[in-house]
Amino acid sequence: MDLILVNLIDGLVTGLLLFMLSAGLTLIFSMMGVLNFAHASFYMLGAYFAYSISLALGFWMGLLIAPLIVGVAGAMVERYGLRRVHQYGHVPELIFTFGLALLIEELVQFIWGKNQMPYDVPDILNFTAFAISGNSIPAYKIFMIFISVAIFIGLLYVLTKTRVGMIIQAALSYPRTVEALGHNVPLIFMGVFGVGTALAGVAGVIAGPVLGTFPGMAFVLGSIVFVTIVIGGLGSLWGALVASLLIGWITTFAKSYNIEMENVLNAIGIATPENMDENMFRDFWSLTSPQIADILPYILMVLILIFRPAGLFGKRTQ
Amino acid sequence: MNEQLKTDPTKPAQRMRAGGMTITLLPWIIAIIAMLLLPKIFTNNSALTIMNQMSITIIFALAYNMLLGQGGMLSFGHAVYAGVGGFFCMHIMNMSDFFAAMPLPILPLFGGLFGMGLALIVGAFSTRSAGTVFAMISLGVGELIAASSVIVVAFFGGEEGISGDRTYAQPFFGVEFLQQEEVYYLTAAWVIISAALMYAWSRTPVGRMANAVRDNPERAEFLGYSARWVRYYSFVASGFFAGVSGGLFAINYEILTEENLNAYSSGIILLVTFLGGVGFFFGPIIGAIVFTLVQTVLSLQTELWAFYAGSLFVATVMFFPGGLAGLIMMHVPAIKLGKWRLLIVPYFKTLLPAAIGILGLCALIEMIFHYRHGATGDNEMTLFWTTFDSHTIMPWIIAGAIAAIGIGIAKMTAPDLKDAWNEANTMGGQS
Repeated sequence: MDLILVNLIDGLVTGLLLFMLSAGLTLIFSMMGVLNFAHASFYMLGAYFAYSISLALGFWMGLLIAPLIVGVAGAMVERYGLRRVHQYGHVPELIFTFGLALLIEELVQFIWGKNQMPYDVPDILNFTAFAISGNSIPAYKIFMIFISVAIFIGLLYVLTKTRVGMIIQAALSYPRTVEALGHNVPLIFMGVFGVGTALAGVAGVIAGPVLGTFPGMAFVLGSIVFVTIVIGGLGSLWGALVASLLIGWITTFAKSYNIEMENVLNAIGIATPENMDENMFRDFWSLTSPQIADILPYILMVLILIFRPAGLFGKRTQ
Repeated sequence: MNEQLKTDPTKPAQRMRAGGMTITLLPWIIAIIAMLLLPKIFTNNSALTIMNQMSITIIFALAYNMLLGQGGMLSFGHAVYAGVGGFFCMHIMNMSDFFAAMPLPILPLFGGLFGMGLALIVGAFSTRSAGTVFAMISLGVGELIAASSVIVVAFFGGEEGISGDRTYAQPFFGVEFLQQEEVYYLTAAWVIISAALMYAWSRTPVGRMANAVRDNPERAEFLGYSARWVRYYSFVASGFFAGVSGGLFAINYEILTEENLNAYSSGIILLVTFLGGVGFFFGPIIGAIVFTLVQTVLSLQTELWAFYAGSLFVATVMFFPGGLAGLIMMHVPAIKLGKWRLLIVPYFKTLLPAAIGILGLCALIEMIFHYRHGATGDNEMTLFWTTFDSHTIMPWIIAGAIAAIGIGIAKMTAPDLKDAWNEANTMGGQS
């Protein structure tokens, strides 16, 4: 029971982190109709900028300034890159963001090198918040949860309760009408892109010390973020939240409980074959859940795409 | 996904697709002669290795373009089909009795069949729609198979992969494929055969329907063709040729690992194909040749080759979605009008300074890299055959000046080039 509680907290941290990335990505998708492959790269940039700033000004200034820089960089990419490619169609747009992801990774290696950066949890948060039957929960995890929840509530408030949010929502569904009413829609798009990438930047700043700040960090998380928003339904903020938490918990639980395929198969009445060494499926029999934890989201996504292509909360488009 | 059809016919360079795919017999003959003669000109082993790598990439890129260029399907996991075909070939190589009775040149055929088999299964559900859904399924399936390659050790060999020995095959007219050159001719033969078959495929009704479905699936459906089945056929055929390239990889390198399956390889082939140009049949061939050269030759010169390749790729997407092939074919109207001579001098005036300026920029980038990451005390660096101290100010001024002047001149002469371009593409007037 205690272990379940610990896993729930761990999964929540992972899920909320994923949500900070997928929220921006799904907003950008509903706006421009293109999946931003470089989204996780902005997350990486956030971590690296924050590390460089924290060397001079400390962790908190990094948390404040790095997302701003990332957001401005994202807005520039939209203004001078994506908007240019937009005229050629969706596939070149997708390919452009893909190329950008490659380029940013090379750029990061160019500036900071290939090694992991010594970006650590600030001293003030480096203590154990509480312990559940011997499993200590670091304060930094609680801090991550609070930051993510605060951002989610803030985002929800801005999008649904303020005038700016109303205009953004209207521009997402009827850009031409909103433009006819006198609003600068390209500017709104640029702003949303900037905010979305800034959110990814925040995620990078707070995840960098725990998950490590290294050139492959975008690649590790990148495709999982797509999986998240595809499962949640493209363009749905609630879907992104539910899918993020789902993936966070599924992977955490699969990793901490060692469920073996052999036991599962025996339980449903299939006997273990006699001589395992010559059996073609010997690797299948010896599968364990920690082994497949990282590919569970992909399995889930493929199944969702086959049986419910619009995703869990997505609207049917065709 | 109907919006992706917007192409501006007045701007050939910006056209991602469309344009003539018809090729006469002459280029084929030239290609065959060139492939026969190349090993006589470049005889050393490393050149042969590069050419083999090139040939394998050509087949793979052409197969990939059957999806992206001809079928309008963007796949992020196509390396899987090449990889699985290659792994099966490797297992055949290790079945000593069967392999000893089989001549090596037909091995890639088996790779193709197994690649096709996998495509038959995956395509059954992934080709139901094109666009983002297809791209996402391809990504998911690709990651799944790449990840399971580490788990399923019996088939994929885990981390270290599996290896074999091609020389155990039955000698083919006395040739045992011990020499690199013999492998080269085998690969070259397969390149010609596969390219011819893929070209023939694009001429068949199925191939033409793939174009129609790419451009307007709804209309194709109204004509009585099932868009889904047309996509499925393209997908399966593409899986076959990808598998052939995987089989050739197995013969050439005699080892396959997880690297042949993962997202990185899939990304590279997308890069290669797009760089070459997806709108023309020969585009991926150019892309494969250029990219392999960049990868092998440039990577010997600089650590930053991937950075340059990435920049080139992004620049291509932003400014020339038609790729290198599109750039070349842009000149066809001027040549047909007989006015291409008008372009030579302006090109010379603009492109030469631009090239020099870009080289200056590269020098700056290399110097920054050396300054930041070079070992302490190691201040000397060699660049463009000159050795200097990267911690003194002089080289920086020189490189900066070259970059600024070169690009400045190019910017100044660019309007002239534009005028000349318009003139060369206008009918009538003095020629």
